[in-house]
Amino acid sequence: MTRITAWRRHPLARYAVLILALALVGTVYATFVQVSRPADAALAAGKVDDVAEGKSLFEAHCSSCHGLNAQGTATGPTLIGVGAAAVDFQMSTGRMPASDPGAQVPRKPLPDWVKKNPDAIRQISAYVQSLGGGPQVPGKEQVDPKLGDAAKGGELFRANCIQCHNWAGAGGALTRGKYAPNLNEATPEQIYEAMVTGPQAMPVFNDSTITPEEKRNMIAYITQVREQKDPGGFGLGRIGPVTEGLVVWIVGILALVLASIWITAKKRQKS
Amino acid sequence: MSDDLNKVPKAIAGTSSVLDERLGGANFLKRNMRKIFPDHWSFLLGEIALYAFIILLLTGTFLTFWFQPGMGHVIYEGSYAPLKGVMMSEAYASALNISFDVRGGLLMRQMHHWAALLFVAGMMVHMLRVFFTGAYRKPREINWIIGILLLTLALAEGLTGYSLPDDLLSGAGLRITQGVAISLPLVGTYISFFLFGGEYPGEDVIARFYSLHILLIPGILLALVTAHMVLMWVQKHTQMPGKGRTNKNVVGAPFYPAFMAKAGAYFLFTLAVVAGLGTFAQINPIWIFGPYTPADISAGSQPDWYMGFLEGSLRLMPAWEINLFGTAQAGTLPLSVIIPALVPLGLVMTGLALYPFLERWITGDHREHHVADRPRNNPHRTSIGMSAIVFYGVLWLLGANDELSAFFHINLNMTTYVGRALIFVGPALAYIITYRICLGLQRSDAAVISHGVESGVIKRLPHGEFIEVHTPPAEDIAAHMRGKEAVPMLPVDEDTSGIPPKGMRGPLGKLRGRMSKAYGGEKIPLDEGHEHGHEDEHAAVGPGEDKSLTH
Repeated sequence: MTRITAWRRHPLARYAVLILALALVGTVYATFVQVSRPADAALAAGKVDDVAEGKSLFEAHCSSCHGLNAQGTATGPTLIGVGAAAVDFQMSTGRMPASDPGAQVPRKPLPDWVKKNPDAIRQISAYVQSLGGGPQVPGKEQVDPKLGDAAKGGELFRANCIQCHNWAGAGGALTRGKYAPNLNEATPEQIYEAMVTGPQAMPVFNDSTITPEEKRNMIAYITQVREQKDPGGFGLGRIGPVTEGLVVWIVGILALVLASIWITAKKRQKS
Repeated sequence: MSDDLNKVPKAIAGTSSVLDERLGGANFLKRNMRKIFPDHWSFLLGEIALYAFIILLLTGTFLTFWFQPGMGHVIYEGSYAPLKGVMMSEAYASALNISFDVRGGLLMRQMHHWAALLFVAGMMVHMLRVFFTGAYRKPREINWIIGILLLTLALAEGLTGYSLPDDLLSGAGLRITQGVAISLPLVGTYISFFLFGGEYPGEDVIARFYSLHILLIPGILLALVTAHMVLMWVQKHTQMPGKGRTNKNVVGAPFYPAFMAKAGAYFLFTLAVVAGLGTFAQINPIWIFGPYTPADISAGSQPDWYMGFLEGSLRLMPAWEINLFGTAQAGTLPLSVIIPALVPLGLVMTGLALYPFLERWITGDHREHHVADRPRNNPHRTSIGMSAIVFYGVLWLLGANDELSAFFHINLNMTTYVGRALIFVGPALAYIITYRICLGLQRSDAAVISHGVESGVIKRLPHGEFIEVHTPPAEDIAAHMRGKEAVPMLPVDEDTSGIPPKGMRGPLGKLRGRMSKAYGGEKIPLDEGHEHGHEDEHAAVGPGEDKSLTH
């Protein structure tokens, strides 16, 4: 008891109590506000409108780089005219919002606020689309690999994509820290959107260069090849001679050196 | 009864007499079956290449049954769905056919390719062993040159084989080959048109490479391999220094039965490694690469590993070119292709071929050598070898700089800049470091010889000090170390009137003398280990103590 009394009389005790009280009030307030805000917004708008909702999300999460009216700033380009497809690609791959400005923005897990709100990407897309048009998010049928011709798509893929993305879509290096990402994680929608919007270092393959049907063929090839079981055993990353060379030295030569040591270690027993 | 068992059955005795009376093989066999082979693990490394070559011949023969070396266009109708209906060359279609529709075809293709990679790798580790132990010295210089020829031919054999399936990757390799050919001044265009039968890629090159790959080059390889083996047999194998081993004898196991069993087992090991890799690790998946068209190129295009150093030198080279008389009309000298294609290959191959002769010129050593050097005992040779390895290694590593950049997220340009510095700094550092390590190892040998090895027995001296008692090294270890021989040196010292000896007087002679002095001579004498750093221990024992224990 005396110890508690001593604590209460401690010169710093009053500050500690003050900080605790402030923290308690802050936490309760923040919880209350978070719970009430969507309801407030819905009430204020009368109905949940994608564009309006998208605009508020945009202002909260995107405007610091792209500007309050998506007009662009020194740190981010204008989004007027990029279309819903660009927003959907950038946000669904986790590239936007970007964490730090490097040579290239990497694919990453979605931020919590996007995960919690499944409509967020659609709403921001709708808002950006309303600003100046641009490529739309493709429909389900437009990117369905089952409807495409993989062999025809393969020819287009080899002619247009593999110089950066590699024959197996394993990706590759570009100049000065930029790179072409691997295509294994990309959904059919994302592949389509990347072609029509040309994100980051990628050129645009618009519908007059490669028709939507050809795009679907390419998606069919990409998904078919990446899902294929390697017929020759372990695929070694499918990047060809570099890993093969590593394996022949590390597995082949090492095993045979060990074998030669073992063989010559056996000496005839003197009887 | 035991007499019956010991008697050779008539069927065997009769047949062998008939053969012997006509061929006279008994004497030859009697003499050669007892041939002695010295035992050291590193002496088996060359056999990796030999056995890989045998596997290559067998699997390669299998592949020729189905492969069609044609560049005529066909529409693929085989069982690999993502390529169905695609136009491709007959060569590529038949390689796909082997992979998917011939029973065991994919396994054979993969074993052939893995064996090819192992073939060159085996040659290279064998060559390094021969180099670092000085086993190329007289009388084995000719065999060394044959080995260099084998290595060069193996690269050509690999290059032609890599091009045959006519997939996208092999086409990229072919394109670089053509680029190098056409970059040669004056003759480049002629060579390129001659090789491809017209404009690149034409319709001839696959059939031509096929003839080279399955007929000419393997024929020469087989002849040279035979010569290599016969010479080794006749000259006998070198042996590591050791107890009772001299330049006049060979200590080891007889060919029959001991060495034959070991060699046979080693063949089976090699076959197991190749078959295992062929079964479990996919190599050269040509169906993913797709058919070759000159318009397509892929990220991550790489040659097989043994061509990687050439790829790397091409990637490191700054884009230098000279337009003659200031205009491209008068001709262009593309230094950015000629230098990386020819200089590193020339440096490595010529350097290797000339090394035995350069060393003899510098050391003036004309004696025969049958006892191998331990690498530490010729520190300059070992250092030169290590810097060559680093030179090769940097080029090799940088050949994969795009994969390094993509995999480890390094700036691609940075890999090139670092590589450009490393290609000069790396070998120099390797030289210095290796040299110091060699001398350090020699010192440790000297310490063991003159001072003994730690016995684990701690002894307390009367005045309270503790010392560890050292015991003389085991007899075989001591003999191994005492096999050391000073690197020979020319008589370079000037006479009393300051005149250098004959042959060391011109600028070249002076250089030769200086190099001989640096290269040759005894750096760390074996019996002087004593003097360095052990005085305290000895002083503590004192002159009257029992020295046999502490030495």
